[in-house]
Amino acid sequence: MTSNQLFIPLMALILLAVVNLIVDPGFFKVTLGTNNAGNPVLSGYLVTILDYGSELAILALGMTLVTAASGGQDISVGATIAIAGSAMLRVLCGSNSRPEALAAPIIVAFLVACLVGMLCGAFNGALVSIFKIQPMIATLILFTAGRSIAAWINNNELPIVPDPKFGYFGGFIPGIPIPTTVFIVLICIIIMALVLKFTNLGLYTQSVGINEKSSRLNGINPTLIKFLAFVILGLCVAVAALIKVSRISTINYSVIAKDIEMDAILAVALGGNSLSGGKFNIWASVIGAYVIQFLTTTLYKFNVQSDALAAYKAVVVILLVFFSAPKVREYISGSTKKIRGRFSRSRKNLLVKDAGKEESK
Amino acid sequence: MSRSKLKGGLLGRINDTNILLFITVVIFLLMYIGAIVFQGSGFRKPQMFFNILNSNAALIITACGMSIVMITGGIDISVGGVVALVSMCCAVYLDKANGNIFVSILIAIGIGLAFGIVQGLLVAYCDIQPFIVTLAGMFFARGMTTIVNTKPFNVVNEDFVKLKTTRINVPGMGSYNKKGLYIPAYVEIGVIVALIIVVILFVVLRYTKLGRSFYAVGGNRQSALMLGVNVRRTRFLSHVICGLMAGIGGYVYFLHVGSGAASHATGMEMNAIASSIIGGTMLSGGVGNIFGTLIGVLSLSTIQNIVSSAGLDQAWWTGITIAAMLCIFLLIQSIVIRQRKRALKR
Repeated sequence: MTSNQLFIPLMALILLAVVNLIVDPGFFKVTLGTNNAGNPVLSGYLVTILDYGSELAILALGMTLVTAASGGQDISVGATIAIAGSAMLRVLCGSNSRPEALAAPIIVAFLVACLVGMLCGAFNGALVSIFKIQPMIATLILFTAGRSIAAWINNNELPIVPDPKFGYFGGFIPGIPIPTTVFIVLICIIIMALVLKFTNLGLYTQSVGINEKSSRLNGINPTLIKFLAFVILGLCVAVAALIKVSRISTINYSVIAKDIEMDAILAVALGGNSLSGGKFNIWASVIGAYVIQFLTTTLYKFNVQSDALAAYKAVVVILLVFFSAPKVREYISGSTKKIRGRFSRSRKNLLVKDAGKEESK
Repeated sequence: MSRSKLKGGLLGRINDTNILLFITVVIFLLMYIGAIVFQGSGFRKPQMFFNILNSNAALIITACGMSIVMITGGIDISVGGVVALVSMCCAVYLDKANGNIFVSILIAIGIGLAFGIVQGLLVAYCDIQPFIVTLAGMFFARGMTTIVNTKPFNVVNEDFVKLKTTRINVPGMGSYNKKGLYIPAYVEIGVIVALIIVVILFVVLRYTKLGRSFYAVGGNRQSALMLGVNVRRTRFLSHVICGLMAGIGGYVYFLHVGSGAASHATGMEMNAIASSIIGGTMLSGGVGNIFGTLIGVLSLSTIQNIVSSAGLDQAWWTGITIAAMLCIFLLIQSIVIRQRKRALKR
């Protein structure tokens, strides 16, 4: 099952890579240059994909857990990124929107953002697990209110962080040519891997997703597991918010992380995870996230307008989902078996004929 | 249902659809009366109510389609995109090609049906999750809108402007302005279309075989199959109807705003889902009512109007209050359903 699940996103990745190689052999060229600040940086399409796919990859981690545990998706992640980012800026800049120096250390701001993200997650989680509201609908509340709350936190002002150090998280640390976001993603993945390896979270999540009632009878608390999944997603959201806000050192409430929830859900689906809960493979989702970013970068490379991007994305997604649907796959494998059967039969005949010829010789 | 009738208690006697509808209607009436009492002026005039209808006719139509899909146990988040695509296509056709109105209506219906049919086929006959299919549909429609035309523009086609400004006066509902002149209350053509559609869909859902099979499939797919309902065809048709409604809703929206723009109807799918839920439709399927959806749309827009006329004109208050309302409705639904289950168990 697991190897099968990794097959779809990996195939999509290889397919995209091959298409790009054919069109532009220099696609994978990575060059070492210097940025505006005079620091060495790596640049190239591959670096761009790794860099800009990181928020999505981090969100995919949490979204997979939520999907597996609750059988639904959180559509409020984009809005909660706005809330967490806004809270972070509020702490960093205080009430002054154009401060000379930071009002609080960055780590404090990040911890506050984590707290806010987890609170949002807890709100969603409580609605889903305790009040038994479908996840998509429960998160619709924060989806509608999120960006408004984010604007309200900063009194609709757009604070600008004065410290260039804050920009390191979404850019480059001087002296290190690899984007910082890559390291952040690696740290998140390692933490997640450790959690899944040394706790029963993964197993419990799967069992709650597959059958809530029977897992309750087996001594697992489904309410707690679902709640936890949403809180973990809240944490992922806070990390993504740090990257998003750090990239531009400020925030735009209505645009920040727009439509990222859809991409995150797509990443989970592309990873071959069932959107109705149950078995999951978190690494397949991460690869799915990078596939989406790969696709986006490829489309930009072909000079597709950013607004029209969605249409092409939709076609690719539909094709991917269509060919990975069990029903269609069954049909295809059935017909290929038929062809293969015919082929092998004819080959057998050929072999027999050959053997006959040799004998006659 | 017969079991719930046998068991006593007020909550036990009404079925899920009716109890949720009942709550919604009561809350809507309380809210509107509260607005009349505490806010006065604007809400006291009937025209306020008709304005709510005028600006939300398209939402009513799309939300009705959405309700049908949700009753069948699916979801369609492409409606907002389809509305934008329809209005852009019609605008380009009417303005650039100087086409006639009748053909533009056909275009609108055609686009809606095309989306419905393709999505329905993928959902019902290929067993792909409706969320993913319609998500792709939304992306496609939004993207196509910008491919058709990037810049927003107003339509100046004569016939269209004539149709757009047609007002139907409602007798006996007008009011006198400060100078003592009588201003008749009016509704736009879109409202009439919306009300007709509400009535048609209400009848279809309640009295036809197809309508009942929507509920059956949404309630329990397995037992519907055993009862001889063609589950695949029912799910397919629910998506086709939703697509058709999105097409018609798109044209009504276009008729109201009179322009084409890629940013039209942003977030309309979420508004449609929200008003369906407020109207008592459950996303898990099998429960819902078209009349409730109408009330849901009205509640949603009444909240918006109350917020904006209460002087809380900062943009964020609308979002926050709607979300708070949604939260309250959802909690009430959840609690009522739980109480009912307990009452039935006893």
